[in-house]
Amino acid sequence: MSLLELENVTISFGGLTAVEGASFAVNPGEVFALVGPNGAGKSTIFNLVSRYCNPSGGDIRFEGKSILGCAPHDIPRLGIARTFQNIELFEHATVLQNLLIGRHTHRRSNAISEILHLPGVRAEERRHRLAAEKVIDFLDLQPYRESLILGLPYGVRKVVELGRALAVEPKLLLLDEPASGLSADETDDVAFWIEDIRKVMGITVLMVEHDMGLVNSVSDRVLALADGKTLVIGTPQEVQTDPAVIEAYIGLGDDGAGE
Amino acid sequence: MRTVFKTSYDADLGLFVHRYQAFWYFLLLAVAIGLPFVMNDFWIGEVALMLIWAIAGMGLMLLVGHAGQPSLGHAAFMAVGAYTNVILQTSLGWPFLVSFPLSGCAAALAGALLALPTARLHGIYLAIATLAVSILAEDGIVMLAPWTGGVSGIFAPDITIFGVGFNRYVNAPGFYWLTLGVAVLVVLGYRNILRSPLGRSLVAVRDSEISAQATGVNLARTKAVSFALSCGVTGLAGALMGHFAGVFNHETFTIFLSITLLMMIVIGGLGSIHGAFLGAIVITFLPLAISIVREFLNERFGTASVMPPGIETAAFGAILIAFILLEPMGIYGRWVKIRTYFELFPFCRRDMFRRQRGYLRTERIR
Repeated sequence: MSLLELENVTISFGGLTAVEGASFAVNPGEVFALVGPNGAGKSTIFNLVSRYCNPSGGDIRFEGKSILGCAPHDIPRLGIARTFQNIELFEHATVLQNLLIGRHTHRRSNAISEILHLPGVRAEERRHRLAAEKVIDFLDLQPYRESLILGLPYGVRKVVELGRALAVEPKLLLLDEPASGLSADETDDVAFWIEDIRKVMGITVLMVEHDMGLVNSVSDRVLALADGKTLVIGTPQEVQTDPAVIEAYIGLGDDGAGE
Repeated sequence: MRTVFKTSYDADLGLFVHRYQAFWYFLLLAVAIGLPFVMNDFWIGEVALMLIWAIAGMGLMLLVGHAGQPSLGHAAFMAVGAYTNVILQTSLGWPFLVSFPLSGCAAALAGALLALPTARLHGIYLAIATLAVSILAEDGIVMLAPWTGGVSGIFAPDITIFGVGFNRYVNAPGFYWLTLGVAVLVVLGYRNILRSPLGRSLVAVRDSEISAQATGVNLARTKAVSFALSCGVTGLAGALMGHFAGVFNHETFTIFLSITLLMMIVIGGLGSIHGAFLGAIVITFLPLAISIVREFLNERFGTASVMPPGIETAAFGAILIAFILLEPMGIYGRWVKIRTYFELFPFCRRDMFRRQRGYLRTERIR
């Protein structure tokens, strides 16, 4: 059974149809990439899965159950964590606090026991901290543990956001352009991390990415989108050689494109 | 600069970073407990008032400084606390030990009820909605005259706990110690919130609602909880304020009280417990300082025209503007800068605290 399944999902904002009849399934354990030119509807698909917007038609199923009845804050509880294209961290908090907020779905204590700081709260805090430290070790964030996000460079923020998503301990990880704005070295790091996330942690990855090098090196299957329509699903090589994809990216020969 | 060598995760969970910090805070507490032995009743009364302001300020700080929800309606919740406390004591004859916590609960309930319809509002819109609550409360007090005494006001009975009277005038040190006890408990609760998942979820809602949701924070519930806690604590301060004032009516809890509270935490420094206390010190002692200076000038020059009436309001306004322009982090922010300068001496850089423009953030989806 596939982990995440989109069936004929359509959404339009006013007159603009951002996604039209998107259907695909992400299998457990694979790295699935969405590619396409700007405005193709990749991020909109992420926002649909995160339940920030409602599709006007179709169904989205996670582990066989429809998630259309879920509120956005229920999604991480199901086991779906995400990052954002333009970093959305808690800027006035430290890296460690950001990772600990990622543990929110694992919170068992209630407000009253927390105000009184009962022993159970402390024991739970230690467990959260241990989980956060594992993420810090995995992503080599030790030097930044106590730094405020405000003062961190872009590349580190990008990694912290990945860390916060990992702290959720999800089954499915949505990465919205994990390599955008990163240097070649940092992109290599991201590629290694994605490999480890899949192989060591056993987390399925669905990602949007423009860097075809990264897509080629880590993804099992690729879905190409253009103007809200799905063009082709296949291995990275199949998709890159598909005439429809080439046309969507570069255009037909006679209008002078094709650099 | 003191480097703390942490050997367990518990080191980050404690109330104090290291023993020296604990020492200073306990020394401060000891001095606070000992104050009545060195001050006369007038000054003890003023310090008690300062503590009441600080309690109210902590309530508002939780909401504005940590949950990022501005409120111009906290005078209304002080009123709920003050009136509930007195009505429970006079009409039902319940003792202070019962009516006081219940007044906090009543204010918390009122806050949670307000949070239900306003959960979707942000920033200036929320400020306007709460402003309306503040104005409504004033009229509500007048309309509920059978219970609240309306325009003529209501007398707060003397506090008696186990036969010991805590009247502000008869037993000023007692009233002060009572206030101090409440303030210390509120500080402890506040600290516990900040080091627990609840405190982190408040910060999450403040800094990025969209990503708070992506980590599983229920926005509506978190806002309701923050409103309830904030209003509850402010209600407790209102109950104490009622006893401090002795008699109060609708004019005690005007919109100006709400603005004063907000001003207090901005001057003190948003987002820190210290800020509530520092702001309370300014709010309490600035009018006193002005009147002392005025008396001195009048004696010296024999005229009342040197300092016109209403100068307190002007001074408050000027100070607020100065803080927003020159030190948006408030008194506590300034203190942190000074402390860091000396800790890192001579390596402190000027740009260390420069506010940076955040990177572009995801277009909000609402």
